[in-house]
Amino acid sequence: MAKKQMIAMLLAGGQGSRLGVLTQGMAKPAVAFGGKYRIIDFPLSNCVNSDVDTVGVLTQYRPLQLNSHIGIGIPWDLDKQVGGVTVLPPYERSGDSEWYTGTANAIYQNMEFMDQYNPDYVLILSGDHIYKMDYEEMLTRHKSTGAEATIAVMPVPWEEAHRFGIMVADGAGHITEFEEKPANPKSNLASMGIYIFNYSALKSALIELSDVPNCDFGMHVIPYLFRKTNNLYTYEFHGYWKDVGTLTTYWETNMALTDLVPEFNLYEEFWQIYTSAVAHPPAFFAKGSKARQSIIGDGSVIEGGVKHSVLGSDVVIKPGAKVYDSILMNGVVIEEGAIVRKAIIAENTVVGRNTRIGEGNFEPSRLDPKVYNSEITVIGSRSTIPEGIVIGKNVAIMGTTTAADYPNGVLESGEYIIKRETKA
Amino acid sequence: MKAVGLILAGGNSAHMKELTSKRAVAAMPLAGTYRSIDFTLSNMTNSGINTVAVISQYSSRSLNAHLSSSKWWDFGRKQGGLYLLNPTITPDNGSWYLGTADALAQNLEFLKERHEPYVVIASGDGVYKLDYNKVVEQHTRTGAEVTVVCKELAQADAKRFGVLEVNDEGRITAWSEKEDGEPKEGSSIVNCGIYVARRRHLIQILEECKLNERYDLVRDILIRHLDTKRIMAYLMDGYWTNINSVESYFACNQDLLDPALRHYFFQEEPLIYTKVDDFPPAKLNSNACMVNSLVAGGSIINGTVEDSVLFKKVYVGDGSTVKNCILLDDAYVGDNVTLENCIVEKHTKIADGTQEKGSRGEIKILS
Repeated sequence: MAKKQMIAMLLAGGQGSRLGVLTQGMAKPAVAFGGKYRIIDFPLSNCVNSDVDTVGVLTQYRPLQLNSHIGIGIPWDLDKQVGGVTVLPPYERSGDSEWYTGTANAIYQNMEFMDQYNPDYVLILSGDHIYKMDYEEMLTRHKSTGAEATIAVMPVPWEEAHRFGIMVADGAGHITEFEEKPANPKSNLASMGIYIFNYSALKSALIELSDVPNCDFGMHVIPYLFRKTNNLYTYEFHGYWKDVGTLTTYWETNMALTDLVPEFNLYEEFWQIYTSAVAHPPAFFAKGSKARQSIIGDGSVIEGGVKHSVLGSDVVIKPGAKVYDSILMNGVVIEEGAIVRKAIIAENTVVGRNTRIGEGNFEPSRLDPKVYNSEITVIGSRSTIPEGIVIGKNVAIMGTTTAADYPNGVLESGEYIIKRETKA
Repeated sequence: MKAVGLILAGGNSAHMKELTSKRAVAAMPLAGTYRSIDFTLSNMTNSGINTVAVISQYSSRSLNAHLSSSKWWDFGRKQGGLYLLNPTITPDNGSWYLGTADALAQNLEFLKERHEPYVVIASGDGVYKLDYNKVVEQHTRTGAEVTVVCKELAQADAKRFGVLEVNDEGRITAWSEKEDGEPKEGSSIVNCGIYVARRRHLIQILEECKLNERYDLVRDILIRHLDTKRIMAYLMDGYWTNINSVESYFACNQDLLDPALRHYFFQEEPLIYTKVDDFPPAKLNSNACMVNSLVAGGSIINGTVEDSVLFKKVYVGDGSTVKNCILLDDAYVGDNVTLENCIVEKHTKIADGTQEKGSRGEIKILS
């Protein structure tokens, strides 16, 4: 097969458990973002915009949504005769079959895929960040330093540096030291989880480390190559980059899109983000509706009120319903008179008439305080919330619920209802 | 479906004024995200017609761009495909398409090479949903030579169309074309510009036409042969209009502000498809006020919009009011602008403070 200078391997197999019920039914890269996109659209669009036309997408956790979203790559022009997008799930072998046990292990198990293209360089990406980045520029940098591996880094506030993998580099970007979540960071350059490797170096490292359990890029491959070659460089990135791995950052990053001039601008022609969407009529605003400070997806019908919210496509807000500070994904229906405050409601969920969501005061979550630790109430996809219910803050709900699930018609702050069955 | 589809998208209409100075009628943008030809293309794909040829001539650039990929309508298969038939110079012919019949006759080779027994001919400017299988079914059942899809309309509307008289059996007995017709009392049956014939029979008719130097499908074939050929009417129900004047264009967009009609076209299966763009959702800023309006993706609204259709990437500035208007793709309306009863052409910039008012009867076109 034709040689490719650089191919990308996109790690999209993780659950993203800190997104709670949002990732109950789908992998994090498939989670909706910005009223139109899914998180994986950002790295995929960056690839095509950077002239990287061969992408392997590694899937494992709940891949259905991701598979149907990616298809054969048409929305990103990645349906190609040679190259294009290939979804790479774990597979059975004679002998030692295993799941992907770590980021590097997943790549190791797909060496055959990479070999097909005989690449000089391999770009490793993760499917859980919102950013626009020119990988070609990073490759130019990688070539000019002659590094074995280049790690994309960005300056983070010093007080947050302890949450990241920190790279210490000299003036030329040559990495001299690195620290994983250091208590006293020596640098504020955080790794973005984006790497370019010389394929020969990557291949030998993966083979060398193939017996390491849960083999991981940050934990194993990078330290190994650092020790072995001492030839790792940084690529400093100064644009917009957001990890949307927690409910709070996910909510904030979406909400920032409603700012008068958003820091992350999706409305410019340059560096377009592509996605798989079907034909829709435009959003409709009925007489008597009130919608402001919001972004509203195609096909949505607004008859009630919306303020400071991000709505996907085909969302219906019935007369008298009001939505504030919320994210409503595709196909959500808010029935007459319902009031929704500071909530994330996933695809095709229906909120019954006169139900109120986000009332009362914050209480710690009784489900999982590590995941649910803000005022945001989260409702999973294809759920049903009956009419006339009052739901507090920091609540998690998943599944078809009925009035019987809400004693006295109330679900207090910090409570949860997780059911398996959802409506079809 | 055993039919090949032919879409007549070559015409222009003087009644469209400057709206068709840049594009064919079939490429007229509709309902914020669609174009008129999407309806016929979708009806064809939804009827299982896999091979469709679009015959275009007048100002076809915009139409060709819209059709540049056939994937949106699921054409582009090994079995079938979407063909664009523009006039070409050949050893036997050096002229443009001289009329609808001539446009077909110049593409006889295409028709001869097909194997489907039937042909569905449809104009590219109709807005409707129709299963052509039903027309073909009636066509065979009634032993028709040509079947003409018709619609019963109230008298006022009928002036824009060819008006037919149909006997009890369903055969068309009289046909008066647009301007020759005298308005009459009561409702009228009008020609929707959709015809079904057997492919071999059509080839024969077109060859005769060519020999006799006759070029118009309606006047030279259908009207001329009303007595000699069995030309039957198929009465369709449901919404139907066609885009052939500024007024009908404006009215059709206004009709699509009705949620029930949008539901019928865009949410009830089978759906109408179109080329999909990747614009972000419409953005409404703090002082936006939207009343009974459609706003497509990529648009940013700061002012007030009432009873209007806003296409993709439209900008409406602070303190501006847009009422009863159609704003096509990438229209930019500055601050403190008042627009009423206007159509704003694609990529048009309306300067701050502009006041433009048309009237219901006389829609103003800004370009």
